[in-house]
Amino acid sequence: MDISLQQVEYRYQANSPFERLAIQNVSIDIPSGTYLAIIGHTGSGKSTILQHLNAILRPTEGKVVIGDREVTNAKKQKNLKEIRKRVGIVFQFPEHQLFEETVEKDICFGPMNFGVSEADAKVRARRAIKQVGLSEDILQKSPFDLSGGQMRRVAIAGVLAMEPDVIVLDEPTAGLDPRGRKEIMDMFYQLHKERNLSTVLVTHSMEDASQYADQIVIMHQGQVYKKGTPREIFYSPEGLIELGLDVPEVVRFQQKIEETFGTKLAKTCITLDELTDEIEQLFKRGEPK
Amino acid sequence: MMEKMIFGRYIPAVSPMHRMDPRSKIILVFLFVCVVFIANNAITYGLLAIYTFLMVLSSKVPIRFILGGLRIVLWLVLFTLVLHLFFTKEGEVLFHWGAISIYEGGLKQGIFISVRFFLLILMTSLLTLTTTPIEITDGIEVLLNPLKKIKFPVHELALMMSISLRFIPTLMEETDKIMKAQTARGVEFSGGPIKDRVKAIIPLLIPLFIGSFKRAEELATAMEARGYRGGEGRTKYRQLRWSLVDTVMLLILAVVTAALVLFRS
Repeated sequence: MDISLQQVEYRYQANSPFERLAIQNVSIDIPSGTYLAIIGHTGSGKSTILQHLNAILRPTEGKVVIGDREVTNAKKQKNLKEIRKRVGIVFQFPEHQLFEETVEKDICFGPMNFGVSEADAKVRARRAIKQVGLSEDILQKSPFDLSGGQMRRVAIAGVLAMEPDVIVLDEPTAGLDPRGRKEIMDMFYQLHKERNLSTVLVTHSMEDASQYADQIVIMHQGQVYKKGTPREIFYSPEGLIELGLDVPEVVRFQQKIEETFGTKLAKTCITLDELTDEIEQLFKRGEPK
Repeated sequence: MMEKMIFGRYIPAVSPMHRMDPRSKIILVFLFVCVVFIANNAITYGLLAIYTFLMVLSSKVPIRFILGGLRIVLWLVLFTLVLHLFFTKEGEVLFHWGAISIYEGGLKQGIFISVRFFLLILMTSLLTLTTTPIEITDGIEVLLNPLKKIKFPVHELALMMSISLRFIPTLMEETDKIMKAQTARGVEFSGGPIKDRVKAIIPLLIPLFIGSFKRAEELATAMEARGYRGGEGRTKYRQLRWSLVDTVMLLILAVVTAALVLFRS
């Protein structure tokens, strides 16, 4: 399902003393099957954009096109549930949304709200719990007896069980240890490939963005600062560094090499392997002297 | 979704109301609550309404914002009015239809009591709108100090108040977040049949409760880690100071009270 934001503006608490402009003139296209990463500092408007993707927020200006639906400020929209069924959001710290007596019931909650029968929902729960790397016997436990990391996985399973076409992730690995972090990111990536989903990842981590995303959008003070493929974005990392944003280690290393030897590598490297190859090439050519 | 709530919210501005000492503000509102009951006819209620309106104006809090925030309360006021219309049976019958008859006394009572109710809420919200929660509790603590003599836990009460006031916005934020997360999971909080909307409360309330308990525990640990041991020997960073504005504000209320006593029937 294609999603496209067209000149979207959003003001929080419009017409009150607390009115605050969160995003402005934001246009982003997310064609079906894209893995898009949105990066920016706290308060740059990332989370606000994310909430537009399934019509939790409606733009105060501009429009959001989700599949064949158009969401604007103009009229009260009916049947937004249809959108939410197809766009699943994993919010930050999703473990805060758990409430049922058992893990199974909690995972079934989403699908059943969207009209899936109980039997089908249970099948989905079984599948989802395996996807997030937990064992089936956890299904009968109370979600509140689990560890923090397990709760996070259960909450994610709850969104996966809805089987959305588009999956939106708001810092899904915040507060996890490095290993859990990688496992979860890899799991989402695999899912993205296998089911041909669109994935939108909101993150602080340039490493994650450069490693998984096809497209990166950099947000700065509520506006799109830059967008493009990781290679385009990191071709000139100076601007990013000026904004105080992190640059992936590989890019930083390439920059150092180029500075030290006063030469340019043939292309902007994103992965470690690419960089190794490029450096090898450099030495083979006989440079640097 | 909870953006319009005004209870317990502070709006910074420069105004006489904001400049007042919290002690005098609390006394003012407390006296107002008593004075409201002096009014018993159109003139006195009119006077009260004018006074309240001027107070709101002088506070520089946008009126539209206050009224927007009080919309829920307005329903309560309307409810009171309707209740009185139907159940107070005094004076002449104004309207009669089947089993329903509306009396003159009922209409008058209904209007007066709703106005009184509305003014009370307006003034008390004005207190929290122009005073930071910390100032309010400081004020209350000082005002209640004499009760310490009879072993009343004044400091603890003040602390409890400041903690609950402090966490209202946090709780609101949390409610908003959980509502959004559950909306994304297909819950409909607004719209849809009543039965579904009532059921939607469970996935909201349970996470909220669990979060609050967790936070309470964390707060207690954090306080202990920073050496909190009750109010003993504690000094204050913010000193309260009585100034001219406070005296003037209380005098104005005194004048209004005198006028009310004069004009009441």
